[in-house]
Amino acid sequence: MDATRAEVCAAAVADAFKDDGEIFASPMGLIPTLGARLCKLTSNPDLLISDGESLFLGGVPPLGEKADVVEGWIPFRRVFDVVAYGKRHVMMGATQIDRHGNQNISAIGDFARPKRQLLGVRGAPGNTVNNRTSYWVPKHSTRTFIEQVDVVSGVGPARAKEAGSAASRFNDIHRVVTNLGVLDVGGEGGTLRLLSVHPGVTVDEVREASGCEIQVGADVGESREPSMQELILIREVLDPKSLRDREVPA
Amino acid sequence: MTTPRDKRMTIDDVVAELKDGMTIGIGGWGPRRKPMALVRAIRRSGLQDLTIVSYGGADVGLLCQAGKVKRLVYAFVSLDTVPLEPLFQQARQNGTIPEVAELDEGMFQTGLRAAAQRLPFLPMRSGLGSDVLVNNPDIKTVTSPYDDGEDLVAVPPIKLDVALVHMNCADMHGNATYLGPDPYFDDLFCLAADRAFVSCEQMVDTAGLTVDSPVQRLLISRIMVSGVVETPNGAHFTTCTPDYERDEKFQRHYAKSAADPEAWAAFAERFLSVDEQGYQDAVRSWHEEQ
Repeated sequence: MDATRAEVCAAAVADAFKDDGEIFASPMGLIPTLGARLCKLTSNPDLLISDGESLFLGGVPPLGEKADVVEGWIPFRRVFDVVAYGKRHVMMGATQIDRHGNQNISAIGDFARPKRQLLGVRGAPGNTVNNRTSYWVPKHSTRTFIEQVDVVSGVGPARAKEAGSAASRFNDIHRVVTNLGVLDVGGEGGTLRLLSVHPGVTVDEVREASGCEIQVGADVGESREPSMQELILIREVLDPKSLRDREVPA
Repeated sequence: MTTPRDKRMTIDDVVAELKDGMTIGIGGWGPRRKPMALVRAIRRSGLQDLTIVSYGGADVGLLCQAGKVKRLVYAFVSLDTVPLEPLFQQARQNGTIPEVAELDEGMFQTGLRAAAQRLPFLPMRSGLGSDVLVNNPDIKTVTSPYDDGEDLVAVPPIKLDVALVHMNCADMHGNATYLGPDPYFDDLFCLAADRAFVSCEQMVDTAGLTVDSPVQRLLISRIMVSGVVETPNGAHFTTCTPDYERDEKFQRHYAKSAADPEAWAAFAERFLSVDEQGYQDAVRSWHEEQ
């Protein structure tokens, strides 16, 4: 049973959450949600997941479906409480991400008069100085990976350090999962580092698709293929409609 | 028998209480439980130079497009299923909002809380190291007086002249319940404001507020409220669970119309140049045509 690229991405997302213990997993978007739910069904059953609105889900429903069991109430005001409390791992999107692990979802161009207005910083500034934060990039490109983001929304390790101990103390940029590979910020001075490339992708392809330097360690491996059990969970339980293929084409 | 005072008003009464240059907080969250009947009425009014404070959705788009907004305080503006609010996006890209303060979502809440508690600031980590502090140079940091000596953001109060929120049920005195999944920050908006006006799906008597509904759903107390107005379907096209969900079809029509000047003119003529009853009638007939 050959895994598709989307399934490899889901497994990589699951691995990002596997050592988190009993915390609130906040995945934003489809592949992150799929991966976090896969993680809860396999490597980390202690994860707390939500419906993305206001309920902690007792079970692990398929994408787009409601759970029959609820295990808690998590309206937005309590999300902010958990952010400050720290027992949370959020995986956000990133319209831009730079060499220093800063993320932008606010605006492209000059903030005063943007070329393209995006969502706004949302919770990114608070997330990145309070709880573990990862990013999901469905299309790794030179427009996404750049030398310096236009508006620092999510704060990378160097900026956090510069802002002082209150900012760096809980700054924890964990993984950047893309359609081509998996990165972290373990490069020199807290910069992007390639950890693995997905099956069928070369290190050079990642370099070409990046508009900034990415450190490549000697031990860059291949991202793992999902296990047979994981593939069955993805295909038959969590995403029988194959919504994942719309985000990362096969 | 003495009873608390009757605060019932009409939509026009509420708008008559607003003045040019006021700071107005709008409750709800993105495309959820927004006091849209009041927003539409402000859009039709002669009010100008407003400071709007909102976890933004179409409320922000509609008021920006109409040139009502001098300053916008927000953390995001989104319609969820349409991620980028088209009228807000155009206003930003065309430079037609004179001043903006884009905050972290949690900082926004903390700013309202500081206002509600009548404090000069509240400390928090959020914002440190990000461009929120660069783009809002008036927001300063404060050093902890304790041994840790940490430098934290001193989030200033977001003081509101007026808060507008939409609830499922209210009594004539201003006590109000939400029946959906999330209270959002509507009580905090009211506490941060000099005066708060509550629109609601249904006015009930006080006893009715806790029939079939636990007392914990009484989010808003009359001590926070200056006026109450019944506006059935008044959150349309945003959610007002369980009374109704978001009108996705109409929201798509809104977003599509906003993308084209001619289509927008037709949309505005049909839905926004009329009073609230006219709006609700126009939406009903639009659905019948689909």
